[in-house]
Amino acid sequence: MAQKTYMQAINDALREEMERDSNVLIFGEDVGQFGGCFGVTKGLFEQFGEKRVRDTPITESAIIGAATGAAAAGLRPVCELMFVDFIGVSMDQLFNQAAKMHYMFGGKISIPMVVRAPQGAGIGAAAQHSQSLEAWFMHIPGLKVVLPATPADAYGLLLTAIRDDNPVVFLEHKLLYGVEGEVPEDAGPIPFGQANICREGTDVTIVAFSKMVYSALEAAETLAGKGISVEVIDLRTVTPLDIDTILNSVKKTHSLVVAHEAVKVAGVGAEIAAQVAESAIDYLDAPIMRVGAPFTPVPFSPPLEEAFTPGAEEIVAAVLKIRS
Amino acid sequence: MTKSKEKMIQMYMTMYRIRQFESKLQEFFADGKIPGFVHLYLGEEAVASGTCAALRKDDYITSTHRGHGHVIAKGGDLKMMMAEIFGKSTGYCKGKGGSMHIADASLGILGANGIVGGGGPIAAGAGMAIQYRGEDGVVVCFFGDGASNQGTTQEALNLASAWELPVVFVNENNGYGISCPTSKSMAITDIADRAAGYDMPGVIVDGNDVIAVNEAVSAAVERARKGGGPSLIECKTYRWRGHFEGDACTYREKSELDEWVKKDPLPRFSKKLLDDGILSKKELEKLHAKIDTELQEAIAFAEESPLPEPADIFEDVYA
Repeated sequence: MAQKTYMQAINDALREEMERDSNVLIFGEDVGQFGGCFGVTKGLFEQFGEKRVRDTPITESAIIGAATGAAAAGLRPVCELMFVDFIGVSMDQLFNQAAKMHYMFGGKISIPMVVRAPQGAGIGAAAQHSQSLEAWFMHIPGLKVVLPATPADAYGLLLTAIRDDNPVVFLEHKLLYGVEGEVPEDAGPIPFGQANICREGTDVTIVAFSKMVYSALEAAETLAGKGISVEVIDLRTVTPLDIDTILNSVKKTHSLVVAHEAVKVAGVGAEIAAQVAESAIDYLDAPIMRVGAPFTPVPFSPPLEEAFTPGAEEIVAAVLKIRS
Repeated sequence: MTKSKEKMIQMYMTMYRIRQFESKLQEFFADGKIPGFVHLYLGEEAVASGTCAALRKDDYITSTHRGHGHVIAKGGDLKMMMAEIFGKSTGYCKGKGGSMHIADASLGILGANGIVGGGGPIAAGAGMAIQYRGEDGVVVCFFGDGASNQGTTQEALNLASAWELPVVFVNENNGYGISCPTSKSMAITDIADRAAGYDMPGVIVDGNDVIAVNEAVSAAVERARKGGGPSLIECKTYRWRGHFEGDACTYREKSELDEWVKKDPLPRFSKKLLDDGILSKKELEKLHAKIDTELQEAIAFAEESPLPEPADIFEDVYA
């Protein structure tokens, strides 16, 4: 077992896939010599050269579109958006082009590409550099959406993403980059659509992903002290969604809380709540609770940003509300 | 017969094939035989024909919402095209795409496109793949005057020039972005002027002269194959029909259309073929008859083909 940061795990996955497959190349803003805005691609330019680790102009449509065209022409590009918020500039190339080409063209063209992007609040970056936008991507058929929480998952899920024949949106929480965890020496690809039960419990199911998994585990510990046994499920991917693991857990615990950092309104939690209500409402002993950010842009000043960002405290409150 | 004569005949046949295909669609649309809507290429045939005659089979194109001509010129199968436009399961996209989304990877056709300006970045990406593999292929990005104002087009032009990608941007300036004349949508008259901003050649050609188009594109393609980077070629042309079938064209004078119909690229080129002795009248008629038969077969294939099954909706969402 090796202890690694989340960032190093992503960097290792990129390096190993580039060593394994010459069709894999990286491009994006400042990913070359600069090593990426957060340092994720550090060292890759030195190892693989400019041909495979290429700086682009600050033109996000051209970045996503070039990845789409390169993938259509047989490569496996991994492009980086400096912040997920910048997807607004390039959304057409992702959701109208990359996501739909395989379907629109009757399966004749595949688009094996990965868009890596950091998301999330917590560094005082304000409204245009801090959002969590997974629900936007989950709403689009044709995209796969990955949100790793741990270094091991970041590594294994990125291997799978690069080998997948579809456009994959790989969302990294910027506050997780420095988080350390075990990555087994013999780690391999982790399949999409297989949630991880990170803590077993019998009284309440908490579904989370990305950074919120840590908050869910912290909440579970607090609740254990109050005699409530919590099961924590890390989804790992929201498309494909492992609804079976969620349903099986709910059938055991009879109550559900879904927690994410994104704005609660029309978030992934709303979709999961609806699916569980459709399939398993008879098993529920309490209303399904959603924990998410308030319906505001992400504010700048530290006390405001903290008020915006949901965490363990909000999850505990949600559980206590339905257990009272 | 010399190679150049053969090529001239091929270019004419492509134009005639497009003309007949689109004329049939005009008829079918009026009769309510095809679902959705269609954007016809009538009047612009010389651009697709002259351009694709400069390409190899393994070269790529990205097309537009007005894409039938490009697909036919790149070698698209009429049966599968017609079946797709009829929404049949035997069509290019198994009925999933329709008129605006025909693609054929085996012919390098990376898709028509329902989004104005959608193809530019994709063309740059395909060019990047060619460059990355060290091949000598070329990508043609067809785009209209409307698309020339889109940010995506400017981003693609910039990326292609910054990275010296083998992309030839073929602009079809037909004078109108839907109903809006170019005089209202841009301050310049010639879209080719924009090439200077990206340090690439910008050439203006008569888009109704297939030989002029072919010569200009061939030069740009040769340059790109040799690593000389991208070019922009503006083909001045005109669309005879409205933006879509059913468009009453209240925004333009009939006299303007009449002037352009006089510049019809087909008789203009067939006259040259006859005058230069490349074809006899009889040979020309024979070629017409051959294509007419081919088209009839495509129509019969489309009409007789089955519609998709509702359950097919779930196929091909993911690879």
